[in-house]
Amino acid sequence: MSFLLTCPNCGPREVTDFGFGGEVTSRPAERPSRRELNAYVYFRDNVAGVQREWWQHRSGCRQWFLAERDTRTNVVAWTARPDEAPAAGGDRSA
Amino acid sequence: MMRLAPQAGERIDRARPLTFAFDGRRVEGFAGDTIVSALYASGRRVLSRSFKYHRPRGELCGCGQCANSLFTVDGRPGVRGCGEPAREGMVVEHQNAWPSLERDVMRIADRVGGALLPVGFYYKTFIRPRRLWPVYEKVLRHAAGLGRLPKRQAEREWRTEYRRRHCDLLVVGGGLAGLTAAIEAAERGADVVLCDEDAEPGGWALVDGRHDEARALAARARELGVEVLTRAPALGWFDGLVPVWQGDTLHQVRAPRHVLATGALQQPLVFPGNDLPGVMLSSGARRLAALYAVAPGRRAVVATVDDAGLQDALALRLAGIEVVAIADLRPDAGGGGPAAYVEAAGIPLLRGATIVRASGRDRVQHVTLAPVGPDGRATGAAEDFACDLLAVSGGLQPSLSLLLQAGGRAAYDPQSACFAVAEVPAGMAVAGALAGEGAGAPVATPPACATDGRRGGKAFVDLDEDVTVKDVEHAVAEGYDSLELSKRYTTVTMGPSQGRFSQIPSARVVARATGLDLETVGLTTARPPWTTVPLGALAGRPLEAAKRSPLDARHRDLGATGRWAGDWRRAYDYGDPEGEALAVQSDAGVIDVSTLGKLLVRGPDAGELLDRLYPNRMSTLKPGRIRYGVMTSEAGRIVDDGTVCRLDDETFYVTTTTGGATAVEQTIGWWQATWNLDARVTDLTQGVAAMNLAGPRAREILSGLTDLDCSNEALGYLNARHATIAGVPALILRIGFVGEVGYELHCPAAQAGPLWDALVAAGARPFGLEPQRVLRLQKLHVIVGQDTDSETTPVNAGLGALVKLDKEQDFVGRWALEHAAEQAPDAVLVGFTTPGGELPTEGAVVLHEGVAAGQVTSARRSPKLERTIGLAWVPAELAQEDAALSISDAGRTIAATVTTRPFYDPDGEVLRS
Repeated sequence: MSFLLTCPNCGPREVTDFGFGGEVTSRPAERPSRRELNAYVYFRDNVAGVQREWWQHRSGCRQWFLAERDTRTNVVAWTARPDEAPAAGGDRSA
Repeated sequence: MMRLAPQAGERIDRARPLTFAFDGRRVEGFAGDTIVSALYASGRRVLSRSFKYHRPRGELCGCGQCANSLFTVDGRPGVRGCGEPAREGMVVEHQNAWPSLERDVMRIADRVGGALLPVGFYYKTFIRPRRLWPVYEKVLRHAAGLGRLPKRQAEREWRTEYRRRHCDLLVVGGGLAGLTAAIEAAERGADVVLCDEDAEPGGWALVDGRHDEARALAARARELGVEVLTRAPALGWFDGLVPVWQGDTLHQVRAPRHVLATGALQQPLVFPGNDLPGVMLSSGARRLAALYAVAPGRRAVVATVDDAGLQDALALRLAGIEVVAIADLRPDAGGGGPAAYVEAAGIPLLRGATIVRASGRDRVQHVTLAPVGPDGRATGAAEDFACDLLAVSGGLQPSLSLLLQAGGRAAYDPQSACFAVAEVPAGMAVAGALAGEGAGAPVATPPACATDGRRGGKAFVDLDEDVTVKDVEHAVAEGYDSLELSKRYTTVTMGPSQGRFSQIPSARVVARATGLDLETVGLTTARPPWTTVPLGALAGRPLEAAKRSPLDARHRDLGATGRWAGDWRRAYDYGDPEGEALAVQSDAGVIDVSTLGKLLVRGPDAGELLDRLYPNRMSTLKPGRIRYGVMTSEAGRIVDDGTVCRLDDETFYVTTTTGGATAVEQTIGWWQATWNLDARVTDLTQGVAAMNLAGPRAREILSGLTDLDCSNEALGYLNARHATIAGVPALILRIGFVGEVGYELHCPAAQAGPLWDALVAAGARPFGLEPQRVLRLQKLHVIVGQDTDSETTPVNAGLGALVKLDKEQDFVGRWALEHAAEQAPDAVLVGFTTPGGELPTEGAVVLHEGVAAGQVTSARRSPKLERTIGLAWVPAELAQEDAALSISDAGRTIAATVTTRPFYDPDGEVLRS
């Protein structure tokens, strides 16, 4: 696996500069049941296709940001700071 | 000597002779020689012993692609002798033969091998009886593999570098096509990298007489700023990144566009005796003559299916080698120019014939040429020739590996009897022989195996792995009837040359045995790396440096027992852990805690951010106050612990465990980004040193070094102040680290030394990690990661007081902890003592009603309390003062008693005094 990612602060860098934070999940707004909590903590969609995910510029400015990437081709559609990201489902805000 | 008269365009520099050692013997050569060309020039023909049958093998390809000349060079195994330049004084040794290359006792495997070592022999033989496998394994391990790594670690280590290279265009292959493409792109202003496997760019043009043109193009490319990497194979395709291995450097080249000019590799022919030393690819023989002025033989016979073989034969003849006969499988010998030249030169040309047997003792001495039918059997009169070189040409297979890895497609092309490019991915172009340029008249398809029909003589489809035609036929007969299956069963194409000379030959055997055509049989998957590469070159240099405290040199001067704890070098003790622990409790001690994570969380929302991250309240802290906190995951599990100190309204100073700094910083940063709170986290760990001064006399020592009022009234428990101590600006955190009155002093790393020295001079005795563990265990302080695991919540670890479920603020892990609070925990962490004084091993099993029900996580002998103390996970019903425990430890059973309160100063009176 190897591709470039664009850090919103630093610009394009090798993916090895970054830490992967997993797909964006939705934090329940209300107290979840045990089952819902379990699903939120442990289950992921693991899509073969375009997904919104977290990355951290680990070897750089250490900013966490969002990216939309096709997991099959590693084509990255966009990257953005969370407050500047295009609106979409799967917002994690509490 | 087999050195020819000077050849036009030769690479060797006759003015610069050199010598090196081969198996202890002196070998002479010239600058520009490869190991193999120098060995050939000295008359040596047997270069290696084969993998399985230990048959003698000589050179095959002459260009660094085959596995016939793998040597150990200066202690490094697996070096390809036909690509590796000869260097003055180098030490070259053979591999896979004992006691010597000439006399190899394992040759017995070949003599008996036909009957006793059929394909699948190992799988079928060494599984019974199962219990003998360890014995089998020992023997097989010794027999398997090629070469040996040096025994001593230091001799195995070498420095390697990664280099990232971004350019506009990467050209793979430096033949005329690659050079031309690079020049054209560079002329248009592109930043171009060109890599080539050979010692100089030019490719086949260096051999076929166009050397001046090739060298002029290479000079032109360099002049235009093309970065030309030589002896630098492109290893593979990784989502657009192409690692190019060049000696000690791995260039990671990324470009939006690629030109593949990887050329084509001549294929061998399959017939009995086709592995004898002296049987070479005609291109390899010609390369030896053209580049190194080495005669690959005196009397040559050439067997070909295409024009390339005829051209090579003519070139050999021109170089002064007698060509006694040529067999061209094509009935019309291509019908073109090359055949006419051959006839004009008076070389006997057998049309429609091929090589059906080679024989000789440890080298080729006789060959038999005959016309053959489509099944490969001789159909007409055979002719025998005496020779010492058999040059074969089985068609040109374009080097597709990189193209296929990048998503390209290949299809069988009957015109060339090989697989050709059918589809090129976007952003990529193919050029030169890879694209089918320069092909002459149509070639004849070689039979799967040509034979004179006589018994005896192995015909190999894979020289690396010693796989014969018969082996592949057996595999098909046993049901492994697809190429991928027979590959796995016979290991054909799995050797060091990656199938580049065995894919097509083995596919032909499978096609013949199954009755399918070659297009249907197909190719096996092309996988990186293209060439064998030392793991060290891929490993590169470790990016994470081992970390040392700024006080590290002082610990060494004090005779500390140093050990690695995660990334950090830490002082475990200074020779007397018991004495050090007692000193802290009776007088004063100081420990280097610079390894603790130190984070600054700053911003208008910093308090709210921390409230959402810790189960207790942090925003209510007043400036100058400290609170202990344990961080949990969304699953309610403990991830780290430390102290939080509020420096001012918008600034918090957070400490973490030694190993937890990075993870906690990442977690805080991630939640900050998620919630978009106005706060920032900065990791100060390595810029700030810290030392903990503790003991009854700690206050007195500190007061003597600072103007600050250190009285309990002015600087009470869990208070923090900035002050100058012994001239060093520091942040003083009064916390209960080891259970005595204690001050954690944080200062700039560069000034840690003077501060430490002042504390030691004032009477604080340095103590290490081991006494610290005893002291903290006396207080039942939990070590995250030692006493907790990924299932531990603050509640069952006895830290329930830190969880404020009544707090109005939502926090990470709250829901899980709320659910957990609804039912009593199964297991809890408690303290214990052993009345008999035994010291159980950490990890020993706690028994309850005769079954394993928990484990010991920490156990030490306390010199102050003069008894054994520890922490253990026990069933909840045993978590009461004085409950009896039974601990099973390596065969002995130890009686223990539960303690739920700290062993020392349970009410914290000492701590707060």
